Amino acid sequence: MLIPKNNANLMRTKILIKLAESYLTDKFADADRIPLELRPKETQPSRCCVYKDRAVLKYRCMAGLGHCPEEETDELKTLREYGNEALDRRQAPKNKLSVIDIACSACIKSQYVITDVCRGCFAQPCRLNCPKEAISIVNGRARIDPDKCVNCGKCFEVCPYHSVVKIPVPCEEACPVGAITKDEFGKEHIDTEKCISCGKCLASCPFGAIVERSQMIDVMREIKETDKKVVAMLAPAVLGQFPGSVNSLVCALKKFGFSDVMEVAVGADITTQKEAAEFIERMEEGAKFMTTSCCPAYYRAAQVHIPEIKPYVSDTKTPMYYTAELVKKSDPACIAVFVGPCLAKRAEAEYDPNVDYVLTFEELGAMLVASGINVDECAEEPFGLVSHKEGRQFPVTGGVAGAVASLVGDKVEIRPEKIDGLTKENIKLLKRYAAKGSENNMLEVMCCEGGCVSGPGCIALSKKAARAVDSYAATGEPLTFETKIGEK
Amino acid sequence: MEKIKVRICVGTSCFVMGAAQIQSLEFNAPADIADSIEIIEERCMNLCKDIKVKYNRGPFVFVNDRLIEEASYEKVINAIREEIKKSCEK
Repeated sequence: MLIPKNNANLMRTKILIKLAESYLTDKFADADRIPLELRPKETQPSRCCVYKDRAVLKYRCMAGLGHCPEEETDELKTLREYGNEALDRRQAPKNKLSVIDIACSACIKSQYVITDVCRGCFAQPCRLNCPKEAISIVNGRARIDPDKCVNCGKCFEVCPYHSVVKIPVPCEEACPVGAITKDEFGKEHIDTEKCISCGKCLASCPFGAIVERSQMIDVMREIKETDKKVVAMLAPAVLGQFPGSVNSLVCALKKFGFSDVMEVAVGADITTQKEAAEFIERMEEGAKFMTTSCCPAYYRAAQVHIPEIKPYVSDTKTPMYYTAELVKKSDPACIAVFVGPCLAKRAEAEYDPNVDYVLTFEELGAMLVASGINVDECAEEPFGLVSHKEGRQFPVTGGVAGAVASLVGDKVEIRPEKIDGLTKENIKLLKRYAAKGSENNMLEVMCCEGGCVSGPGCIALSKKAARAVDSYAATGEPLTFETKIGEK
Repeated sequence: MEKIKVRICVGTSCFVMGAAQIQSLEFNAPADIADSIEIIEERCMNLCKDIKVKYNRGPFVFVNDRLIEEASYEKVINAIREEIKKSCEK
């Protein structure tokens, strides 16, 4: 998808930068000016007036500080207080996507509307093909009764004049698991039981009404206010996210205060080895197929929404898991921070005792901008543990299956298939595969279309990032079953 | 006709603030300008450091000699169109 950055996303980046700056300069003393600075009086309001814009910005700032806007009890509580509360907490805020109700524009529910283009024709295919008799002719034009309409889209398909338009609700359309729905007032709500934390709703809402709790402040506090060693674990999708070499980024992060920087591609190497071994074993036991398990949004979707596929999901842990295990093995007292493109990793981290915090590339970028660090001007510093070609290629669709296939070789027959993007259609496809089998036996499932390089926490364009990933992978040594990982 | 040089700053500040998205010009520039531009990735030009409020005016993009502050995809495209018009009038 090549959609130039939109205002809602751009504003989120600005908010994070402002918050990081506010923390670094005076620990939120002036944080309540942020909405005013971002929406000065003289600017053109994007909602009804600048005051509403600012009110929404305040809620978005709350989320940036790790608070959930839905939990607000006192509207007069200042951002400064919220900031201080963030500094007082000792546990990472729980992962949660939520809707800012005053920002939600309550997009109209009925999804099909007949426009004035309708000629009131004699054939009336819309009326005759409607399975619910929801269409009647009023004043010479077809009209849909919203109470009867089930949004099947038949009328849309058959109208010879293209007079039927589909008005989508972007967040509901984007959510692959039906976790976001309207309340009686038309505002959207997220069902946390169903939510797989993929972030598709957040990326798709044109009103910037969906937010998730950031852990950026918590990480900065650990770095600046404690003596603990804070280790950054960079997801393999980091390539291309910050211009300059990935080795300069190591130095940039140390300048910020991280004590060490690890490549999660190292953990991805371990995942590759274990998953390849598991694949061989499962195939020898006669399994129909196996699916990958490293995408946390898919993993959760399999648990909650596609239970029939559970027996086929690999039991191998994710690259983040193995990397954090290595980090904690060498220093159990350190703070391990995963930095990646993914919101669902926050949910995964809650079940992983070795991972303390999760940041997105966007949040890390905001921290670097606020402290004036330019990655490109930093010296190059090597990683302590160097990753291999296979681990490096994980973040682009096809990369995980490709890595596993290269290790499996001709030990057993492997026929990889990419499930590129966890859409409603692909969930149906997976259900069908679980029931009837697939002609392929290695299914790689990526929730984000194109792979992790298209994740909601990315900065760079996915196309450019994918190129950077490919050329980095090309410089890596090939991995084998015998390669010892975790030894310097 | 000489190509219009579009220099996009890819210093960390500009890149994070939105230059990354302006790079989509490389892939899907509108047909009327696609053949008349040359896109150059520029390292930090220190423009962010000249200004009182350090990063607030980024991302910075030059379209030929013209500096665009708080550049967006749309702003850059408009500037390119104006440059094309100017060179046609010459």
